[in-house]
Amino acid sequence: MTAKFRPADPVDFVVIGSGAAGGVVAKELSTAGFRVVVLEQGPYLREKDYSHDEIHFATRQGLTNDIKRQPVLYRATASDPAVPRKAVGYGRQVGGGTVHFAANYWRFHESDFDERTRFGDVPGSVFADWPIRYADLEPYYAKAEREIGISGLAGANPFEAPRSGPYPVPPLPVKSSGVLFDQACRKLGLHSFPAPMAILSQPYRGRGACTHCGFCSWFGCEMRAKSSTLVSVIPVAEKTGRCEIRANCYARKIDTDKRGRVTGVIYFDERKREIRQRAKAVVLCANGAESPKLLLLSKSNLFPDGLANSSGMAGKCLMWDNTFGVNGLFEHPLNEFKSVKVTRVAHDYYRSDPKRGFYGGGGIDARFGGYPAGFAIGGLPPDAPRWGAEYKRQLAEYFTRTMMVAGHCTSLPVESNNITLSPDVKDEWGLPVMVVTFRYHSDDLKTQQWLRLRMIEILEAAGARKVWGGPGADPGSTFHLMGTCRMGTDPKRSVVNPFSRAHDVPNLYIVDGSNFVTSGRQQPTATIQALAYRASDHIVRSVRG
Amino acid sequence: MSDSISRREWTLATLGLATPAELAQAWQHAHEAAAAPPAKLNVLDPEMAREIEALTSRIIPSDGSPGAREAGVIYFIDRALGGWQSEHLPAYRRGMTEVQALRTRMFPNSSSIAALSEADQDRLIAAFDQTPFFSLLRTHTAFGFLGSPAYGGNRGGAGWAHIGFEDRASFSPPFGYYDAQALREGGK
Repeated sequence: MTAKFRPADPVDFVVIGSGAAGGVVAKELSTAGFRVVVLEQGPYLREKDYSHDEIHFATRQGLTNDIKRQPVLYRATASDPAVPRKAVGYGRQVGGGTVHFAANYWRFHESDFDERTRFGDVPGSVFADWPIRYADLEPYYAKAEREIGISGLAGANPFEAPRSGPYPVPPLPVKSSGVLFDQACRKLGLHSFPAPMAILSQPYRGRGACTHCGFCSWFGCEMRAKSSTLVSVIPVAEKTGRCEIRANCYARKIDTDKRGRVTGVIYFDERKREIRQRAKAVVLCANGAESPKLLLLSKSNLFPDGLANSSGMAGKCLMWDNTFGVNGLFEHPLNEFKSVKVTRVAHDYYRSDPKRGFYGGGGIDARFGGYPAGFAIGGLPPDAPRWGAEYKRQLAEYFTRTMMVAGHCTSLPVESNNITLSPDVKDEWGLPVMVVTFRYHSDDLKTQQWLRLRMIEILEAAGARKVWGGPGADPGSTFHLMGTCRMGTDPKRSVVNPFSRAHDVPNLYIVDGSNFVTSGRQQPTATIQALAYRASDHIVRSVRG
Repeated sequence: MSDSISRREWTLATLGLATPAELAQAWQHAHEAAAAPPAKLNVLDPEMAREIEALTSRIIPSDGSPGAREAGVIYFIDRALGGWQSEHLPAYRRGMTEVQALRTRMFPNSSSIAALSEADQDRLIAAFDQTPFFSLLRTHTAFGFLGSPAYGGNRGGAGWAHIGFEDRASFSPPFGYYDAQALREGGK
């Protein structure tokens, strides 16, 4: 059943990356009859490879990029020294980040696509409207929810954009954090709703339902209930007999001919041998950090600044996961370690209101804060003792009685926030490593502080006995990789067109979080997958003519 | 640990949630994780291990319920320093030398950390608990108390039992007090 293609024979498509976008594209193109090779940096894992080992999977982020093998350098601004640090992280196995994500699955709102027009200019940013509207993407959101398998309740969020149909499976059972959040929102006149999650609440398309073990975020799902591309669409792609997934294969250059057309991809296989896979077209889905990195690595005489980068925008406008938590302690055990991370969300503060005096808004959810060992190190309030009998006592009191309210804020597109290549540091394969330059726009920080107060109101209304926490002074790291191959109609100011095709190269598509023009309120996976379905649809139509 | 996945739960879960094969696999994992390695030292010499253990036993004391000592935190630290945390072994050697010097200054007649009274051990820790070495020791103590027993600590799930965490392949709602209360009130 599994396809096997020879590198010298051109396949129809090489798809680079097998995550949220790559998995979808592989499925769509192979089921449409095309021959597809998928190159994935990481391994091909199965359920037997997962466990509940917090140290390996959560502390050491075992399902993500390893900075010992692929260092990442970080600096706040171009004038600061770049220092080693895992500033950007991504899922690094077949299925990518959808294997280990918490599985929050929010559609963008209608306003996300033309927010620049609605709100106005934001100095110090390149805030812009998307070249598409919510209505363009809606059929693909709906298709993603059906094919991937999303739990949720249509119509429960009064702020949600129009939907063409219901979620394929109902919401997961509410946890204590969700009940307290519901009660607080009712008191405050807010509108909480069941979290849309890429985790099955019921058996669906041959997969079983969630058994509520609690190991979602950073972990692979042993029950195949988390709707990663690995267990949802990739098996469909492989069943066609036209899709070959090549794991442990690291692309180092997209090759072009004299006319500037893509001819294939050069990559390192698992033994670090260089292979050139020829292809009629390439779809780059490596994520918002690795995709621009590969474009910048794919320089040639025709493309001296990197492939598809005549605009100079490849790598620019990196937007961050502007998320932080506020914690609350309650009288009785919530046992948040059980079941999925999030069961209730509120979008009342999603909209950006000019009256606040700054741009920005956020989505809020109620969630599990941290696994046992991580909780013991960073889960207690700042005034808690760090050792001794009282420390031990508080661990026992707080672990089961604490919940987190998380705020997911906007991150403005700023051109100087970017991904570039290091001039001197190389990775284990001898490739230049990425340099991440990022500093929040001042409005992003104002949004954090404003939303933090709203989150404290919610925890207090929920009856928390103690409330603590908030955004740190440092941006930390981001796993929501957005903005670095912007979508637009102007080839001078964007990398891809409204269908995710590179402006400069007709047989190169780039589709993943890099296409995002704005950040929404985080939780980018649904939009990445809707874009991937839409780009695939466009590819199939254009090839068939 | 062996009873953490009860027969009843196993049967319930197979009835309509995961497929039996999936659950069997997860069950297998849980039991593999429970099979803790033997308690023996590989990296630290017994004397240094005893001194480090005396400190970890004040970070998470054994006051009426198992603490770092009963959870075998020292075996976690020893294994970690011989493996995934080996880059910190020099910091331990340096840090312990400094702590011993501090002890000699504070308690000139003492012979070891382990031989100090608990009150004096606490005074000693208070004198260096703002140092990077203490943060490292505290982090390792927390991981040894609450990480998977497969790493040599958290023996018999002692750390997990202390904080009320259960490592299982499945749970059924209600999960906590407030969702149980909401179910009861909703059912009236």
